[in-house]
Amino acid sequence: MTTSETAVSTPVVAAPPTAPARRHRRMHVAAPWILLAPFLALFLLTVLGPVILAVVQSFTRINRAGLFGEKGVTSGFAGFDNYVQALSNGNFIQAIGRVLLFGIVQVPVMTVFATVLALLLESASARWPAFFRAAYFLPYGIPGVIATILWSFLYVPGLSPIIDVGKLVGLDIDFLGPNTVLWSIANIVTWTYTGYNMLVIIAQLKAIPSEIYEAARVDGASPLRIAASIQLPLIRPALVLSVVFSIIGTLQLFVEPMVLRTVAPAIVTEYTPNLSAYTNAFAYNDYGIASAEAVIIAVAAFVLSFGFLAWTNRKGRS
Amino acid sequence: MTTTRSRGWTIVVTAVLAIVAIYFLVPVYWVIVAATKSSGDLFTTPGFWFGRTMELWNNIVQVFTASDHIYLRWLLNSVIYAGVGALVATYLAAAGGYAIAKYEFRGRNLVFATVLGGVLVPSTATALPLFLLFSKLGLTNTYWGVLLPAMVSPFGLYLCRIYATATVEDSVLESGRLDGAGELRIFHSLVLRSMTPALVTVFLFQLVGIWNNFLLPLIMLADDKLYPITLGLNAWRSQVDRSPEFYPLTIGGLLVSVIPLAIAMVFLQRYWRGGLTDGSVKG
Repeated sequence: MTTSETAVSTPVVAAPPTAPARRHRRMHVAAPWILLAPFLALFLLTVLGPVILAVVQSFTRINRAGLFGEKGVTSGFAGFDNYVQALSNGNFIQAIGRVLLFGIVQVPVMTVFATVLALLLESASARWPAFFRAAYFLPYGIPGVIATILWSFLYVPGLSPIIDVGKLVGLDIDFLGPNTVLWSIANIVTWTYTGYNMLVIIAQLKAIPSEIYEAARVDGASPLRIAASIQLPLIRPALVLSVVFSIIGTLQLFVEPMVLRTVAPAIVTEYTPNLSAYTNAFAYNDYGIASAEAVIIAVAAFVLSFGFLAWTNRKGRS
Repeated sequence: MTTTRSRGWTIVVTAVLAIVAIYFLVPVYWVIVAATKSSGDLFTTPGFWFGRTMELWNNIVQVFTASDHIYLRWLLNSVIYAGVGALVATYLAAAGGYAIAKYEFRGRNLVFATVLGGVLVPSTATALPLFLLFSKLGLTNTYWGVLLPAMVSPFGLYLCRIYATATVEDSVLESGRLDGAGELRIFHSLVLRSMTPALVTVFLFQLVGIWNNFLLPLIMLADDKLYPITLGLNAWRSQVDRSPEFYPLTIGGLLVSVIPLAIAMVFLQRYWRGGLTDGSVKG
């Protein structure tokens, strides 16, 4: 292709002026598609294709003839059967309730935590802000699996120095009990992502022009007053964004409970919606139900994050 | 009076920040201390202080030599998956984002809207159908099973489009065309260079994303020789209850995998600072 191009462009000087212009326009039509083609091919194969497949699967029923399907497998249109079955599965509903509870507590706690840290680090009162910022951000570089394995050692009786210290002061801490393990997972998530959210907020704080601060100080505003009426309203976009990402992340909770399961019997096979879809697919080989659950999770993430965005937009305008 | 008050504030604020720093650093401190212990000392000596003997070197040697150097293989696999995947993903996102930003063509908005939809699709929702699709193509339990999905970054394309719109000058493209350069040549020699800051961000996000991914390799890979480090360490971790000699292996393996990442993260902080919000501010 390159050779033919150079062959055409060499006699350009002698050719009538319309020829290069025409070639130019033709290249203009093809060029964006050539640039896009490899991306689109992979996008089709690994994102769009699987999404379509998931939706199709969620409406498909697989019939196995004979006890183990040895007499042949047929599939047919199932209507909303898989969805009805998923939504009437008590374990799946419980899992949804569990991550909602998790999100209602963990997302605000982490967001407030990150905001307070950002405000403190950006206040003139903090010493060594660069060191603290780096220390808080460090866990973000540790993969979720690795962080969970690490914390799992700090949760297990016998190995955990935290439990030992608790005993010294008369506290009997059980990190992995049925009522506590959800919050032990919340702790791992908070530990990993607070620093990242803090950095995003700090970036927004740094964008506030210094004249605004000076004007406020001239008016005699206290640091708390400045935080409440200048900084918080101006970092709202960053806060909204980090909450949306946290909501999506919470609904997809998978790695932490999956890894902690080996030490915490309280984490059942359908502990979170994603774990339920995983179990249905790979333990029960029921792809129809698993796909329906995956679609429900994705739709719920859309609805919740757009709902939150719409809610903050309306509140921002009024 | 104001100076004493502000000095008091400094002490209070710094103390609060220091206590918070302990929370974030304690697990890392613990893994450093624990990696120096024998498996007996792990359970019989205080967790926050060193044991009776110094076993760090032994443990690290163990980590690298156990099961025929499998740990080294896992590290190498992670480097291949994350390095190659992120490099290709960045290049493809740059080409696509630039094409959408700088060319008028039919279907442009449809393509962009579809890709944007792809940003919002949770990767866990596509993992299962991706497995079904790849098993039909014979790609499961191969390097490609993990690499191919890693080479696509819809978010990267979105970021590159915004960045190309803002920074790539039409006049530069026109003068390139007048010089007789082909469109691909212009992209490779003029555009890529001016997009470098966005490319670094996309590359780092994708690198971390692939390195951290667990579900996809968990579903795709059965052969532990193809495991990335995350999956490998999880395999070791799940064996400690039956055979305690996996305790020092897992803890040493954790330390070796965490330290380089932690250092990299601290030095690369500034690339994350903007990252996501850049898009929302400029777009």
